[in-house]
This record gives sequence, structure tokens and C-alpha cells, in this order.
Amino acid sequence: MIEFTLNGRNRIDAVADNLLLLDFLRERLGLTGTKTGCDGGECGACTVLVDDKPTLSCLTLAATIAGKRVDTVESLGHDGKLSAVQRGFHEKLGSQCGYCTPGFVMASVGLLRKNPDPTDDEILEALGSNICRCTGYVKIIEAVKYAVALGKQGVAP
Amino acid sequence: MNKLVPAHSIGDYVPMIDGPEKVSGRARYTADIVQPGQLAARIYRSPYSHADILSVDVSEALALPGVRAVVTGADCERGFGVLPIARTEHVLARDKVRYRGEPVAAVAAVDDATAREAIRRIKMTVRELPAYYTSADALAPGAVPLHDKKAGNIERDVLFELGSTAHGFAEADLVREGTYNCAEVCQNQMEMHAALAEYDAIRGRMTVHASTQVPYYVHLMLAQILDMDMSRIRVVKPHVGGGFGCRTEALNVELIAALLARKAQGTVRLVTSREETFITHRGRPETDIQLKIGMRKDGRITAVECECDQRGGAHSGYGVVTILYAGSMLYAIYDLHNVKYVGRRVLTNTPPCGAFRGHGTVDIRFAFESLIDEMAAELGLDPFAVRRANFLKAPTFTDNDLMVNSYGLPECLDWVERESGWRSRKNNLKSRGGVRKGLGMACSHYISGASKPVNWTGEPHATVKIKLDFDGSVVVLSGAADIGQGSSTILVQSVAEVLGLDISRVRIVTGDSEVVPKDNGSYSSRVTFMVGNAAIDAARNLKNVLIAAAARKLEARPEDIECLGEIYRAGAQDKGATFDEVVAEALKDSGTIIVTGNYSTIPESHGGKKYRGAAIGGTMGYSYSAQVVEVSVDEETGVVNVDKVWVAHDCGKALNRLTVEGQVQGSVWMGMGQAMSEEAAYHDGLMLTANMLDYRVPTIQDSPPIEVGIIESNDPHGPFGAKEAGEGSLAAFLPALTNAIADAIGIRFNNLPVTPDRVFEAIEKRKRKGNGGGAQ
Repeated sequence: MIEFTLNGRNRIDAVADNLLLLDFLRERLGLTGTKTGCDGGECGACTVLVDDKPTLSCLTLAATIAGKRVDTVESLGHDGKLSAVQRGFHEKLGSQCGYCTPGFVMASVGLLRKNPDPTDDEILEALGSNICRCTGYVKIIEAVKYAVALGKQGVAP
Repeated sequence: MNKLVPAHSIGDYVPMIDGPEKVSGRARYTADIVQPGQLAARIYRSPYSHADILSVDVSEALALPGVRAVVTGADCERGFGVLPIARTEHVLARDKVRYRGEPVAAVAAVDDATAREAIRRIKMTVRELPAYYTSADALAPGAVPLHDKKAGNIERDVLFELGSTAHGFAEADLVREGTYNCAEVCQNQMEMHAALAEYDAIRGRMTVHASTQVPYYVHLMLAQILDMDMSRIRVVKPHVGGGFGCRTEALNVELIAALLARKAQGTVRLVTSREETFITHRGRPETDIQLKIGMRKDGRITAVECECDQRGGAHSGYGVVTILYAGSMLYAIYDLHNVKYVGRRVLTNTPPCGAFRGHGTVDIRFAFESLIDEMAAELGLDPFAVRRANFLKAPTFTDNDLMVNSYGLPECLDWVERESGWRSRKNNLKSRGGVRKGLGMACSHYISGASKPVNWTGEPHATVKIKLDFDGSVVVLSGAADIGQGSSTILVQSVAEVLGLDISRVRIVTGDSEVVPKDNGSYSSRVTFMVGNAAIDAARNLKNVLIAAAARKLEARPEDIECLGEIYRAGAQDKGATFDEVVAEALKDSGTIIVTGNYSTIPESHGGKKYRGAAIGGTMGYSYSAQVVEVSVDEETGVVNVDKVWVAHDCGKALNRLTVEGQVQGSVWMGMGQAMSEEAAYHDGLMLTANMLDYRVPTIQDSPPIEVGIIESNDPHGPFGAKEAGEGSLAAFLPALTNAIADAIGIRFNNLPVTPDRVFEAIEKRKRKGNGGGAQ
């Protein structure tokens, strides 16, 4: 049994020792926003936040999140509005096919929660382990910068 | 809403209509769909590259508790394949396996662990045959044929000579030859292949959700493989996580899922691993090119001879088309005469190649733009001048009968020359320490949809329906497959534009064969051009219905009715009727309104008959692209950094500037991956690079700024003047890069990818030889 916080709500779940956080979220809880893109640790599509830190859920055992805070893409946005990072990826076309998007969005949210006004190099470093095959990343960088600007107007990342 | 101007969005920056779903995790891809009681599926794959199958024993797998069905080649006699002339591939191998990883059997079980265990219990006995991993080995005299009907392992050879190359070379001031090799590359789209097959045993119906670019072709192949009436099959395409061509034909994945579902009389979910997704393949073949060009002192090209061998892998797929494109698309970018092409598509014991973005044109363009750059330098000509000396003059037909109506290449060249500062910066870039800078440029082009579909039925090339009902919402029904390129957004914009409505009033339904009209699918950059034109046609038909209704309501003549989108009126003084009032009036006639729009290409665009297969390459409109690439080459380490790319793309008319920019940047970047790091490598037929670490795609930290110039040549046949934007800019990156490296360090790389170790070795070799340059 583990007790933890998922997207702002406390839960208690029974999880097998070998259950991956990714499979727990997708197959058990139906939170399919988090994506499987590779055979383990190669692509970043499964990135979620564990205590605000971007974490590959495909390389994390569900049992290890006991007592921690897990946020997935489903947690973002408030009052029916998209969050700053979500607006950036939507309005600036940081997302084309959308499959890598939840991972990029969560990695960006992790960055902006820690560092609301990152330099270009800090953005590149924070997103360096996520792969996108559609955009060439140009508009992903624009999306994050737009989210930074929205953040300065008080929109949560 | 009572604005007195029609709303419009064509030509604006419009975010994709399904963006909110994608950024919130609500977009459902095939693997996200879970049905109660679904079975998990796994595939048993051949560990041999080439062998006669003696037996496949599945008895122990079947005996495992929890296993609900096992299928082998014995369950399906019929072959499949996208080209009606080449349906020689089996969903599950029969008699023979031809590449490592080819599916032989598959299991459906109550859970994934049981399915995996069942796969371990399958036993295959074989008689091994000699295996061929290179075109040269497969073509060698005495090689065992992979397929009985393909002697010498040639899937297809192509030969044409239009004009006289002997005559052309005699007119040249300079004749040069080059040998080029481009490694095999993979689409490696982010979503792994997945299918969900539901067999309704009571009604004898099959529903398949598949991650595909071509739901209609999947439908056809399901009927063929299952030997089922097409009317009993339903194909649904959920959100798709990219394709880039690997999903432009039915894959064994969805066909295996369906065979299992029927045998298990239930629902089967098959999600392949990343490794299996790589092995399912359909990437760009390794290509060997021998190119000879004759040029006059002024840069005018007088003759071209090109030989091209493609290592196609174990099955045909689109192979015949790929080798034909490589030849036909020598044309339609420059004014060429006296061209000879010899192409061979070779069968080898590697996974089957397919129709990767820029289908057939990319590697040939790399060779061509490399050689003319080299020749320009030798003649003391600027690389831009050589291209300008060979412009086409549209409208025209090429020697191989390709119709060119709009031609924005001159403006593309002007844009990248100006924006990159080419004239002042070329040869004036400062090198620092061992890091040398260089500039290179190149051009490319692509079709806006093949004028003749691979599956010729005589129907229009595209059909769109629009439904309008009591609620006043305009619903577009289309089979066009949005795979992330934004086709649904373009169709909504097109319909809204014609009706003068805000795009928020227009909805779209796609991707369900039960509801939407058939569409050939998303490939060869056909959707914006063909389906876009059909959408415009449908919207005009709807507008006519609404104008007739408005005329009745306002007691005016239809020709006097002015459509302002939300208001229809008879003259500027008239208060008019609202859209909702006009809709209510129109419904009195017929109830729910459904209009149809069609589009067909014109016969002049169908290519010629001067050689067998000459129709390949025919299209209604060619896009054009020019690029300048700036590089830094570290001579100590061999590392090449792309500092910046300027790209101009002639898409006729940018219907959505945001998505055009996104498509062009994505194309350039994908070309960069092929040019610099991507390569499918094999050991004894085993793909060594079947993961995203060894198959190296550029990360955000490796990727340059890409500045996009949109050139609008306004094609006379394009929807609002548009042509394709999603493929044509890929190819030019490859030669622009190697031309830039040659400019920086004086070494020309004719083999791709240009990895740091290749650059380092070339620099070391030059040091040892002590000479100034040469080709690698």
C-alpha cells in the first residue's frame, strides 16, 4: 500500500513491487495523457512531476512515490482555462502530432516552477532529454518563452 | 455576432483546432483506448534473416492457461501490399522468412505477461538460406532470389533516356561525375504502432482502430486479409502521433490484431515496442547514386546521367513507386534536357522500406545539388548563379510530361540570398581557433499529391460532405487523416472562409469509415491540395443553398444576395437575415442539409507514357524550396554545428502561416537528422539501432534556429492558390549542409550521415596526404 498525492488529491493504492509508475497511471488509473514513446528512458514522452521535479515515469517504480506529490498533464489548467505552458504549446504550435507534448509540457512546467524566468540555455537544458519528431523544436522554444511572458502576467505555468 | 464583414482566417496564424486536446492530455491515440475484456497481443518474430520454414509449433503456447488465440501463416493465405501489382507480403510468414524480425506467429492472451510467455513457447524449425544485406550482395550472380518471381533480386528496374545525353555532354564545357551513398533512415515517429481490433461474432463485423495515415487502405487490406465483405468492416483512426510515411500503407500490426480478434472472437489490443516499430520500418532505403552532369561555362546544364540503386528490403511495399520517383523527379525543378536514368530497386534480407517524407526525391536531390555546387566552384560561378541559369519558365511541361503551372523557385532563391546576407558574408565568415565557418545552399521540390492514386477506382480524388442542421453548426465530414500536420484545421478554415464564418462555428468529423466519406489518406502531400479543393467545392455548394434560402426569405433575387457570413442581405440598405434565420429557411426545403464537394485532378497532370511508370511524378502543383545553411566545423573534433538555417518555401499560398512555418521547420530539421546523425545499422540482419538512443535524432540542444520565408506563387489550381508545405523543404537541407561543410573546410562529403567521426577521419586523412581537399 502506498499513500501519495496525485494531481492534488491524496490517494491510497495497492501496487505491485514491479509496477512502473507509467503503467500505474495509464493502465490502472486511466490517466492516458502520459505517453509511452520508447522501450525505456529514451524519449521523455512519459515525463511527470514528482515533488515538482521532472521524472521519467517509465523508469520509476510506483512503489517509490509513497509520501510524494505526483503531477501529470491532467493536473494543469484552472477554471476551464489552459495553463501558461499549455497556452504556449497550443498558440505557438509547440505541438503538432501532440504525442510528445505532455512530456514536453511537464518538463517545461517543472522548469518554470523552479525558475520562472529561465535563459535560453536553461530552456534547452531542461528540455534536452525530450524528443519531438515534428517541430524541429523551434516553436517549442517559442512556446516556453511565451509561457514565461504569461507567467509575468500572473498565469500559472 | 452582427459584424458586417465576413470572418476570414486564410493566410493568418491560426493555432490548430485540436491543440487544446493535445496540450491537456485529452487527445486519445490508439494505445490510449481501453475496452473491457480486451486481450493483449504479442508477435513471434523470425530470428533468421532468410530461411525456408519447415515447421511452426504453437502447441505449447496454445496449452498455456490464459491464451485465447494463436495465429500463424496458416491462418492467412492471401498476400498484402499497397500496390495492386505487388501484394506479395504475408501478414505472418508462410513457407519462408526474409528478414530478422518478420512476424511468424502472434498470440492473444488475457494479459501481456501471459502473451509474452506464450511467445517464448513457440518453436520454429527452418532451413537457413544465404542472406544479403547489401544491394551489391543481393545482385551478385548466383544469389538466391528472395521471391520466386523476382530473378536477380531486382524488384523493379527503370530505364529512360529523354533527349540524347551523348549530344548533351558534347555541348558541355565541363563534365563531372560523383558517387554518393545515403544511409537508410527511419521515420521514428513518436507514437509506436498500435491497433485495437474488435470482432463482433454475433453480427460478423470487425472494427479496427489503427495508428494509420491511410484508413481507407487499411480497410481494403483488412477485407483482403480477412476475406470479409468490406461492408462488415469499420476502420477508425484516432489521434495519430506522426507518420512521415511509415503509415501510408496497411501495416502487419493492424492486420495481425484483426486476425487474432476474429480467432479469439473478441477484442485484441496490439501495441508494439519501439524496437518493433523500428523493425516494422517502411523507412527511406539506403541509396547508391552515380551521377554525371554536363555544364556550360555559364552554368547551364546540358546533360544528366543518373544511376540509382535502392536497397529496398525484403518486400516491395511502395518500392516500385520509390525508384520511379527518384528518376522522374530529376525534372520539374530545373529546365533539363538530355537526361538518362537507370534505377534498380533491390530486394535484400532487411526490413521493408517504404515512403518516407520526400518519397524517392531526397537522396537524388542530395547528389544533384552536391555535384552542381562542386561544378559551380570549378567554373568560378556563384552557387546561386548556377541554379538561376537553369530556371524553368512556368507554365510548361517537362520532357517527361510533368505539368508545372506555378514556379516560385526564383523568389525562394532571392529570399534566402538576401536574408542570409549571402553576398556580403560568403567567404567573409571569421573562423576562430580550430573552428571554421561556412555557408552552403541548395534547392528542392515536391509534389502536391500524386495525380493518379495508387488505387485507381475512377472516383473523384477527394470528396467532402458538409452537414448543416437545426443547431446551425456547420459540420465537415472528411476521411482526410490528420496525423499532426493540421489537415483538419486547414479544412475547417477553408470551409469557414467560403461561408464567411468564424472557424469556431465550423466543426469537423474525420477518421471513422462508418460516418465520413472515403479518402485516400495522408501521403504525397495530397490533402491540402485535393481535399482542400473538395472542401471549398462543398462550401460553395452550401453557400448556394443558403443564398437561395436567403433570397426566399428576403424576397429578393439570389444574385442580389450578399453573404456576410453571419448576415445575408439584399443590398447594403437591407437589414438582412441572420445565419440562423437563413438556415431555418433552408431546412424547410429538405430537412437536414448535406452537400457534397468533389475534386479531381486534370488529365494534363497525369504524367506521360514515354517510359513504363512515367505517370509517377505527375501532380497538380510542385512546391519549391531554397535553403542556406551556416555551419561551424571544429577541425580538432570533427563536430559540425549548424548555426542557422534560412529556408524559403513556395507553398503557393499559405492557408495558415503558423502551420506552414511548423511544417517547413519540421522538414528542414528532419533533413538535418538524416544528414548528420540518423542511420539504420544492421549486424547480420539484426537492426542495431532499433531504439532512440542508438538511432540518433537531434535533440533540442543540437538544433538550430530555422528562419522561414513563405513564398506565394499562387498556383492556378490550388485551393486559394495553395500547394504543399510539408515535404518539399526536407531534401535541400542535406546538400546545403555538405556544401556548407565544403565551404568551411574544403572537404566534400558524398556519404551520409556526416557524423563527427567521418569528418574527423577525413580531416586526418587530408593531414596525412597533405593535400588541400577532395571528396569523401
